[in-house]
Amino acid sequence: MITFQNVSKIYNKHSVALDNVSFKINLKEFVSIVGRSGAGKSTIVKLIIAEEKPTSGRIIFDSYEVNKLKFSQFPKYRRHIGTIFQDFRLLTGKTVFENIAFALEVEGRPQKEINEFVPQILNLVGLNDKMQSFPYELSGGEKQRVAIARAMINQPEVIVADEPTGNLDPFNTWEIIKLLMKINEMGSIVILATHNKEIINTLGQRVITVEKGRVIRDEEHGRFILTN
Amino acid sequence: MFVTLSRIIKYGFQNFLRNGWLSTATIAVMILALFVLQGLIIFNVLAKTAITAVQNKIDISVYFKSNVAEDEMLKLKKTLEDFNEVKKVEYVSREQALAEFQARHKESSIVSQAIEELGENPLLASLNIKAHDPKQYISLAAFLNNESLQPLIEKVTYAQNQVVIERLIRIVDTARRGGVILTLIAALIAVLVAFNTIRLAIYTNRETIGIMRLVGASNNLIRGPYIVEGILYGLLAAALSFAVITPLIGYASPYVVNFIPEMNLQNYFAENFLRLLGYQLLFGIILGVFSSFIAVRRYLQV
Repeated sequence: MITFQNVSKIYNKHSVALDNVSFKINLKEFVSIVGRSGAGKSTIVKLIIAEEKPTSGRIIFDSYEVNKLKFSQFPKYRRHIGTIFQDFRLLTGKTVFENIAFALEVEGRPQKEINEFVPQILNLVGLNDKMQSFPYELSGGEKQRVAIARAMINQPEVIVADEPTGNLDPFNTWEIIKLLMKINEMGSIVILATHNKEIINTLGQRVITVEKGRVIRDEEHGRFILTN
Repeated sequence: MFVTLSRIIKYGFQNFLRNGWLSTATIAVMILALFVLQGLIIFNVLAKTAITAVQNKIDISVYFKSNVAEDEMLKLKKTLEDFNEVKKVEYVSREQALAEFQARHKESSIVSQAIEELGENPLLASLNIKAHDPKQYISLAAFLNNESLQPLIEKVTYAQNQVVIERLIRIVDTARRGGVILTLIAALIAVLVAFNTIRLAIYTNRETIGIMRLVGASNNLIRGPYIVEGILYGLLAAALSFAVITPLIGYASPYVVNFIPEMNLQNYFAENFLRLLGYQLLFGIILGVFSSFIAVRRYLQV
């Protein structure tokens, strides 16, 4: 479903973010990518959502050869992926409702569908009473739940989450992880980049460990192990 | 398509209203810019009227000797009228000159008495020549001072007015050139200030633009609302700056008449109201749309 073939990302000769990385992620998988800060987790996420282009290698997603996408093809491609960031990246000038609706509007979906779907998804993430609030009126955990709702509303094949719990307390962290698991159960691939040991060890799912830009471990029911 | 367009318009208005202070500040700067542009238009009209007024005052006169027959004078008039440089030639006969002279001095009994005692008309017939361009008087004067015309001509006034005419030519030229340069510089400053203000307003939205790209929004959907905002800035700024200018014109008009009697500023403004307002709206909207377009483009590179 998503394939990295010998992918390297070199910013300059002193900064090699990814070095000849290959892996394959299948349908309905929940994959965690773990590693230290600077190991290359975020680069993998950026390459998947075409925020960066690889220096060499191929990235295949469905029928897309991501490394060859043109600038004008990015919007359509990105609609297949829901993305969640550590810093939430909500549209600060829009309400919770409008933030989530925006993901449907980019596809040109009619207003009637939007009015129907957005409250449903807000119900799912437990925020239906915050529909008309602006992001600055929400707590960190609430913001991230809005981001998740936005990522999942158009039922993308893949959800990519880059350190989604990095700014949250333990309680909210687990709320977010539970939501991600729920999304996975509903049929989407979930790719979770994190350095939270506890989460990884509890999940008991596939873990890809990266270190200094290389994949050093890829286990079906992995644990968080980093060598010193 | 229609759905997207209506959303673009809705978001344009929404951003405009929700960022009330930013919109107000941007419009305030644009009002100043449009005010300057409008001022330049009016300044140029004033300068042109003043220059034309000065030009119309310049002429040269040819005085014929008293024994020259009228048809010879009219022949010279015809010749002069065929010149490209010549705008108008007016023939003043001796009788006309006398009548005008008497009319001018009808209050002074000494002058009329003196003329009566003289018993004959002391004034000479003349041609009054106006050229299209003040510079052309030099060549006209050269033609009139030609040897072959000497038997007819008593005097040509150019020689005595030469210094004044040349000075006026210089003033007119400098005023024209200065007007153009001043207009260009002031317009450039006004446009740059407005452009930068809009860029700054959009700079505060750079993250939003990046997020929209990552969520999969097309460039048109992202850019559209900013363009709508640009149009709103332009429309409101044009209307408001016009609202400021209109009473100012009424106030300034009487003072302008003191300097340039040919210029009725208020009438000019009233007659050209729609055209001036149209320019203003056009400037405003083009400035708003152009600035938004350029500013957003920078942040769409994600």
